[in-house]
Amino acid sequence: MATEHSRTAARLMVSPAVILLFLWMIVPLAMTVYFSFLRYNLLMPGMESFTGFDNYYYFLSNSAFMDALVNTLLLVGGVLVITIFGGVALALLLDQPFKGQGIVRIMVIAPFFVMPTVSALVWKNMFMNPVNGMFAHIAKTFGFQPFDFLAHAPLASIILIVAWSWLPFSTLILLTALQSLDQEQMEAAEMDGASWMNRFIYLTVPHLTRSITVVILIQTIFLLSVFAEILVTTNGGPGTASTNIPYLVYAQSLLNYDVGGGSAGGIIAVILANIVAVFLMRMIGKNLET
Amino acid sequence: MGQITLSSVTKSFGDVTVIPPLDLRIEDGEFVVFVGPSGCGKSTLLRLIAGLEDTSSGKIAIDGTEATDLPPAKRGLAMVFQSYALYPHMSVRKNIAFPLKMAGLSPEIQAQKVEAAAKVLNLTSYLDRRPGQLSGGQRQRVAIGRAIVREPAAFLFDEPLSNLDASLRVSMRQEISELHQTLKTTMIYVTHDQVEAMTMADKIVVLQAGRIEQVGSPMELYRHPANLFVAGFIGSPKMNFITGAEAAQQGCTTLGVRPEHIDVVEGGPWQGTVGLAEHLGSDTFLKVNVAGVGDLTVRVSGERMLRHGDPVSLAPQPGKLYRFGADGKALA
Amino acid sequence: MARKTTQTRTAVVTVAAWTIGLLIFFPILWIIILGFKSEGDAIKTPLAVLTSDWTLASYHEVQERSNYFLHFMNSVILSLGSTLLALVIAIPAAWSMAFVPGKRTKDLLMWMLSTKMMPAVGVLVPMYLMFRDFGLLDTRIGLVVVLTLINLPIVIWMLYTYFKEIPGEILEAARMDGANLRAEILHVLTPMAVPGIASTVLLNVILAWNEAFWTLQLTTSSAAPLTQFIASYSSPEGLFYAKLSAASTMAIAPILILGWFSQKQLVRGLTFGAVK
Ligand SMILES: Nc1ncnc2c1ncn2[C@@H]1O[C@H](COP(=O)(O)OP(=O)(O)OP(=O)(O)O)[C@@H](O)[C@H]1O
Ligand SMILES: [Mg+2]
Repeated sequence: MATEHSRTAARLMVSPAVILLFLWMIVPLAMTVYFSFLRYNLLMPGMESFTGFDNYYYFLSNSAFMDALVNTLLLVGGVLVITIFGGVALALLLDQPFKGQGIVRIMVIAPFFVMPTVSALVWKNMFMNPVNGMFAHIAKTFGFQPFDFLAHAPLASIILIVAWSWLPFSTLILLTALQSLDQEQMEAAEMDGASWMNRFIYLTVPHLTRSITVVILIQTIFLLSVFAEILVTTNGGPGTASTNIPYLVYAQSLLNYDVGGGSAGGIIAVILANIVAVFLMRMIGKNLET
Repeated sequence: MGQITLSSVTKSFGDVTVIPPLDLRIEDGEFVVFVGPSGCGKSTLLRLIAGLEDTSSGKIAIDGTEATDLPPAKRGLAMVFQSYALYPHMSVRKNIAFPLKMAGLSPEIQAQKVEAAAKVLNLTSYLDRRPGQLSGGQRQRVAIGRAIVREPAAFLFDEPLSNLDASLRVSMRQEISELHQTLKTTMIYVTHDQVEAMTMADKIVVLQAGRIEQVGSPMELYRHPANLFVAGFIGSPKMNFITGAEAAQQGCTTLGVRPEHIDVVEGGPWQGTVGLAEHLGSDTFLKVNVAGVGDLTVRVSGERMLRHGDPVSLAPQPGKLYRFGADGKALA
Repeated sequence: MARKTTQTRTAVVTVAAWTIGLLIFFPILWIIILGFKSEGDAIKTPLAVLTSDWTLASYHEVQERSNYFLHFMNSVILSLGSTLLALVIAIPAAWSMAFVPGKRTKDLLMWMLSTKMMPAVGVLVPMYLMFRDFGLLDTRIGLVVVLTLINLPIVIWMLYTYFKEIPGEILEAARMDGANLRAEILHVLTPMAVPGIASTVLLNVILAWNEAFWTLQLTTSSAAPLTQFIASYSSPEGLFYAKLSAASTMAIAPILILGWFSQKQLVRGLTFGAVK
């Protein structure tokens, strides 16, 4: 299919995309690396000086970093646990025949299309607000003291909000995977006398494993950079109780004007994300061959 | 005009040489058929001529003009693909008009030529349909229509009939032959079906592993196969090959005799028993096990009612034996 | 007997699925309801809210007081602009990789994907400073470029998987018919890939519309899309349930509708073709 003419044309036509993505990947990243070795404060322009690994040292040894790292992991882990277990359960449920399948499917998927700022604000005000929120109203109806979610369990609340946004994603993908399960294989197993439980364990679960891996990896990429939900609900607080690494970098560089420190944090975030990315790329790459 | 010359053309994909150096001359107005087993490089050769692949070395000239480095669009050739490759989003009319549009002809002339082509191919009532709404044979005709409106120097066909059912294949085969008679344009036709090759070709090119085994008219190849490969490939059912003592007696390594050149007669030199009898109605094909010779396929008239286990005596027709040497080449 | 179990089972499944579906959908339903209430009614107990009067007042107020239309248009311009720009760059690239694959095509695709894995905070500082220095902060053009770049890998991937399904012979036929590269892509490939291109556009409009990192960091007012506009409601003085609900409903409605049409493509696009 290829002649020298078409190969030359192909190289020409792919190059704008390659050049743009290359610049996008290399230029800002190189600048971040460069800044991370500078003492650079936005309030004192022109005073930049080389500091070696100081920024990394300060960023890593700051107790806020450990908090942020732990929070990031809890956030990613918490949301993953909820969305994977919830997603498998929901997918299995929605895969059964029932009345109004189409509508229920649409309702379940809907949260994915809600922009993060909206979902965060809606949960914060309409549901978790200790005075006027729905949960407070319900608590009062049953004679309990309303609970101030975002003040007393900020991270758990954010996990809940983010999980609500991502549950549709895992459900949709696992449902798609379930529907591609070979029905004849299932029937053959039934003929062979496999019980519902056995069919689930020996056929459904292995079939879903690959999709679950994909869901975990892709969600992790996005969950590592959760930002808007924190910005509009807790601003990372109280203290650092709900600060994750992206938020910490943002606060360091644009709220504290410490460009050097923020950059060092950014590089650490890149390294963390790359560890996940390596697994994800392998997964997708393997898939490309089939 | 449509005279095509290949000189020392080769083609390799990476380390794999698909076409070793190959020379071929196709005359203007000829109907040339490339035949050969699957994977022998027929399509590759056609695509080299079309310009869809670069030659690794060698030269291709069309009407005496060097064309080796010309892109497909500039070679003035038209191609009909095995999958028809119709544009699914365009009506039949637009499909046929596409090459004219690309050539920048005025809409009036386009319409005129499309109408003319549609009339020739019996497509007039389908012009506003999409390819998806046509039968296989109709699609094939659209693909041919798209090729003829360009008035190309030569038509290239890559197994155009292989997706059709048997009866349609026969009638399309005849239509293409008639088209060639009317247009008198060079046609290069790829197939692995030797019946198509025999019935359509002015000249057959038998290929094996990228090499030309023999070039000639269908009857030349049938009567005088240059080697074992051609002898076995042309003719149906296949020529019988006999080795061993029987061949040695005739002074050759392999003795060939076509099933239609063996008679069932009393007192023939070969005695055997019928293993299998296939009654086709007009003909009957017998598989006869002959002691000291092996299994022979024999064609007899459909009237002969022979069965499994019947003893028969066979005699080859005089002068219809083919003798091949140790290298597989035909002996004089 | 078997049929009877099936019937009860269907009933149980129906009840369970509807309950869960409604629970998940409830927050969205609730803001749609609150948007049609007065501020006073919106903070009452849920039952009181449902029985109170319906009104369009909040929608009027959002329109009048907050320049909602400007932000809506910004969202439209940013999401459509970045998607179209990405298409223009991605169609030729996807053509190359799908129809003239080389030894390195696979690596190239994987590399493109890997650019998507870079966390935004990693480049926040230089991007912010560059935008500041080039006067691009709070401009649409700057944000269109950023959104184009972050979605480009997905656009290329989706188009690539769709193009792969188009038989190469058809493009070769076009070449034989005298089409040059431009005509081949414009008159043959693109019209044939319309369904795939449409899904790609749909998914990317959705992603760009909801993008809430760069839009929050790089805009403040005049180029701010709806994500930023809604975020401005988080300040205490702006906290009015009914108005927030009305504004939110308007912000998510277009994409909710688009999204419902694109469920299938969503799976394929977001998993880079790993799940179809
Ligand atoms: N793009 C390619 N890259 C590598 N090898 C190729 C390529 N195209 C064809 N080949 C190889 O070249 C040889 C000839 O292929 P070609 O398609 O010409 O055969 P053919 O005679 O047309 O067979 P068929 O009757 O099955 O269509 C085959 O062995 C094939 O595997
Ligand atoms: Mg072929």
